[in-house]
Amino acid sequence: MKSKGARIMVIDDESQIQKLLRVALTSHGYEVAEAATGQQGLSEATTFRPDIIILDLGLPDMDGLEVMTRLREWTKTPVIILSAKEQEKDKIIALDAGADDYLTKPFGMGELLARIRTAMRHSVKVTDEPVLKFDDLVIDLAHRKVLVQGEEVKLTPTEYDLIKNLAIHAGKVLTHKQLLIACWGPTYENDTHYLRVFIGQLRRKIEANPTRPRHIITEPGVGYRLV
Amino acid sequence: MFKERRVDPDALLATIEKEGQGKLTVFLGAAAGVGKTYAMLEDAWERLSEGVDVVIGWVETHGRAETEALVRGLPVVPPRQMEYRGKEFQAMDLDALLARKPAIALVDELAHINIPGSRHARRYHDVQELLAAGINVYTTINIQHLETLNDVVAQITGVTVRETVPDRILEQNAQIQLIDLRPEELIQRLKDGKVYIPGQAEEARRMFFRTGNINALRELALRYTAKRVDRQLESYMRVHGIAGPWPTGEKILVCISASPFSAQLIRIGRRMAEGLQAEWMAVYVDTPRRFPVSEEEKDQLAKNLHLAEELGAETINLTGNDAAEELLELARKRNISQIILGKPLYSRLWELMHGSVVDKVIRMSDGMSVHVIPGNPKLLQKRQKVQQPAQEPTRNLSFFLTYLTLLLIVMALTLVASSLKEELGVVNIAMLYLLPVLLSAVRWGTRPSIATSIMAMIGFDFFVVPPTFSLTVADIRHVITFGIFLVVALFTSRLSTRLRQQVINSRRREARVSALYSLSKEIAAVAELEPVLESIVKKVAETIEGQVVLLLPDRDKKLELKASYITVENSFFNANEHAVADWVFSRGQKAGKGTETLSAAEGLYLPLRTDNEIRGVLGIRSGDPDTYFEPEQLRLLEAIAGTSSMAIARVKLAEQAREAQTLAESERLRSALFNSLSHDLRTPLASILGAVSGLLESDEVYTKEARRDLLQSIQQGALRMSRFVHNLLHMAKLEGGLVQPNKEWCDLQDIVGVAISSLEKSLGDRSVNIKINNDLPLVKVDFTLIEQVIVNLLDNALKYSESGTEITISALQNEKEIEITIANQGPKIPEEDMKRIFDKFYRLQSPRLVSGTGLGLAICKGFLEAHEGKIWAANRQGGGVEMIFTLPLENQPTVNDRLVYKGEL
Repeated sequence: MKSKGARIMVIDDESQIQKLLRVALTSHGYEVAEAATGQQGLSEATTFRPDIIILDLGLPDMDGLEVMTRLREWTKTPVIILSAKEQEKDKIIALDAGADDYLTKPFGMGELLARIRTAMRHSVKVTDEPVLKFDDLVIDLAHRKVLVQGEEVKLTPTEYDLIKNLAIHAGKVLTHKQLLIACWGPTYENDTHYLRVFIGQLRRKIEANPTRPRHIITEPGVGYRLV
Repeated sequence: MFKERRVDPDALLATIEKEGQGKLTVFLGAAAGVGKTYAMLEDAWERLSEGVDVVIGWVETHGRAETEALVRGLPVVPPRQMEYRGKEFQAMDLDALLARKPAIALVDELAHINIPGSRHARRYHDVQELLAAGINVYTTINIQHLETLNDVVAQITGVTVRETVPDRILEQNAQIQLIDLRPEELIQRLKDGKVYIPGQAEEARRMFFRTGNINALRELALRYTAKRVDRQLESYMRVHGIAGPWPTGEKILVCISASPFSAQLIRIGRRMAEGLQAEWMAVYVDTPRRFPVSEEEKDQLAKNLHLAEELGAETINLTGNDAAEELLELARKRNISQIILGKPLYSRLWELMHGSVVDKVIRMSDGMSVHVIPGNPKLLQKRQKVQQPAQEPTRNLSFFLTYLTLLLIVMALTLVASSLKEELGVVNIAMLYLLPVLLSAVRWGTRPSIATSIMAMIGFDFFVVPPTFSLTVADIRHVITFGIFLVVALFTSRLSTRLRQQVINSRRREARVSALYSLSKEIAAVAELEPVLESIVKKVAETIEGQVVLLLPDRDKKLELKASYITVENSFFNANEHAVADWVFSRGQKAGKGTETLSAAEGLYLPLRTDNEIRGVLGIRSGDPDTYFEPEQLRLLEAIAGTSSMAIARVKLAEQAREAQTLAESERLRSALFNSLSHDLRTPLASILGAVSGLLESDEVYTKEARRDLLQSIQQGALRMSRFVHNLLHMAKLEGGLVQPNKEWCDLQDIVGVAISSLEKSLGDRSVNIKINNDLPLVKVDFTLIEQVIVNLLDNALKYSESGTEITISALQNEKEIEITIANQGPKIPEEDMKRIFDKFYRLQSPRLVSGTGLGLAICKGFLEAHEGKIWAANRQGGGVEMIFTLPLENQPTVNDRLVYKGEL
């Protein structure tokens, strides 16, 4: 086992998933620790000091959400949620409670690895980049400018706010609530229609084909992410 | 029942050998004291010695030693203690007897009247219930207690017996055993004090037990028994196809009225019908002249009709102006061969004035025999006294007010007349006096109008006619004036009374018809049970101005209160009343207040029956608990009960049909599910297991490419299974009613985009043409559910079209909804499949091998229904198929592009 790789802690009670993740992640150079219950996960996280935690929401001993909040009490370690279809709501609550990303079972290994990389990047990144690039899309935070294929795009202040928030957390899913609070304020946290309208406007300005967006990706029922 | 017994042999057979019905053995005697009870007990001992389960239900020994000796040793169901008016009574314990269910029950004195508060008014009702429960009954009766012979016996002996038993009790399934004793012997027994007759004075008793009387009664009993034996023989011959002289199709019509004398006619009709083996009916004609005005008359009429029904007649109620014409009309229509009429009791003069119904009937009855039966006034008076509550004449305030008003009018008129008599002349003033007479006749009837004419005459004579201020009449012509006053008063009052009566009459009928009509209209088209029941109880409550309950059986056939209309705070419907309703439900007969069964109940309970099933029970309590329902009301209630039971039956049947359909449907679905499971789960499973085992067992054999192929087939199989499980879960959620859309504002373009990207891999070289305007309004839907709908539709469009062809997604907005169309260029769907493709597990018969679960479209339909949307399919004119679904459009939320708050995440 290579000990140089990032340390990943998997909290999941299903041995099949455990085994799969252990094999796949160690093969990709990560160091893996396992916990089958929430209690065990919480206590081992303090000793193992993981760089990333993969947390299953359906645990036998305690609510995955509670594990999430208890983790956030003392650590900012990125958490990737694994959830079944039926836990749609819990997933959003977990994201709002500070989880960094999520995956719905069944998921592909490639997807998981990509999410892990994104999460790592966010946790490692310390210095603020003034210019963010996403292929043909460039966001210049210092000058409050957005360029598509080198051409500047005129955005309203709200539109800019929206894309800036998405860009800062690029690759990571932002929930509706998080975006609404960030761009409009806490009183708007349930007004999803604002998001729908402005995301639509943004896409028409920055996407080549707004009906098949490549940058602003919709996470159904959850939120958006910028890639 | 009378009809069915004689019309066809099959029905005859059915009555003779009614399944499960107990047999009745009647020990018939000519008079008390002949030894019926004794003979019955002896017979019982014999049966007991044969090992038959014999039980005494009730035996009256009247303290006779021999009888008591026979009772001893026989099994007994102990009598029940009952309290009535503070006294303790013993009565037969019917429930215990029913529970005990012996082979034979001994029940003495069939004609006995039960103590008020018992379940049935009469003991023969008890016996009927025992018979219906399959218990054989031994009973005793004296010939004078038979209903149809009642008058005859009264004529012979001068004693009218109130405790009568309808003949049909002895005619259904009954064996008659005649107990005969010579008159001398009977009289000797009487002298020895061995005969007990209740409630008779010593003198009357001696009058009754004369040799002549006893012999006459014996003859009656013997003849009755002989006739019964004859009848049994006849039935036997008929059933066994033995030829014989059969009675012709005689039909007898008995005309009855509100007179107690009609009862006599009914009995005669019954005897005649019995003798001729004829069908018979009792008819009552409502004419304005004959309309029963007083409560007593109405009561009597109801009793008469009831008696006729009890004795097996069909009862008919007609309305018309001319009784004779109506009667004959009916007689002709129904092919009546004999008419029975009562000899009128009114005077010759009355007949001259009004015409005689009897005469007219006789004159116009071509081909019909008419029997005119003289009444027995003595009997009539005696009967009339029974059960007629003395009614105080209502001399209340309004009565005096009427006369006072009339007096004032006449006085005022007199005042005017005396001052104007010079100008008007005496004759014209006399005409003026006619006005109050007319007014009173029209408004208040005969008596006030006569009073007015007298007052008018006095006023006229005293103040107008010379010599004034004296009552002497100088001119004889004024006497004629007075006469005319009287005649006008009488005629007008009669006329107006009759008119009024006619109006009331027709109004009542109209009320009845309109109540029925409105009820049936209200409940005709309703498919749900509850509103039907509500309408019924409401309508009944309105009609009778009282409280109403409606009970229907639940799944265990237990009656449950389903609807009620109770205006007062505490319902009359308690556990006792429920028991009455239960009885009505189990027996299919009405009971409760005003009937002969369980009459102590507060409510009247009618069975709701259709053909051969009792659907429920309607309980009614009149607003005024002291009154009984009038026959008119009863009839209406029964008609409503009839209509109601039909409606209930209709709704129930529809429900059953629905249930059956659902059952068949779920049966079909289950088999479809099994097929689908075995195919759609096993196929990918087989490919996965095959590939995996190949890789595990002999990894080194495969080339890199082959290994990759195998792994890909594993992936495909797994994806297919995942899709299937996904679909099954969705379907299960829909079925379980667990799909509750989490609606929020969504951009349709966004949803379509997500749906397409999730199908990116299967799209291949297809182009998807999206025609959605940017200004399409937001929709309030569950993003993931509608995404699933579009994914399924797209998936379908892909599967059923060739690669390389185009798929179009377009959205249209109209006033109330957004219409989304997903079209391909695939082969057409046959018209007959258009609807069914949205059914679960329904798969198109396609030449192409299309894999799928048959659930995709059903899920779409379910999800859209949860959004109040619709979905349908259509073939496109230029080729290809389109799936169209709609989503309701809601008022758009307001969005302002204004930065309210700038925050960092």
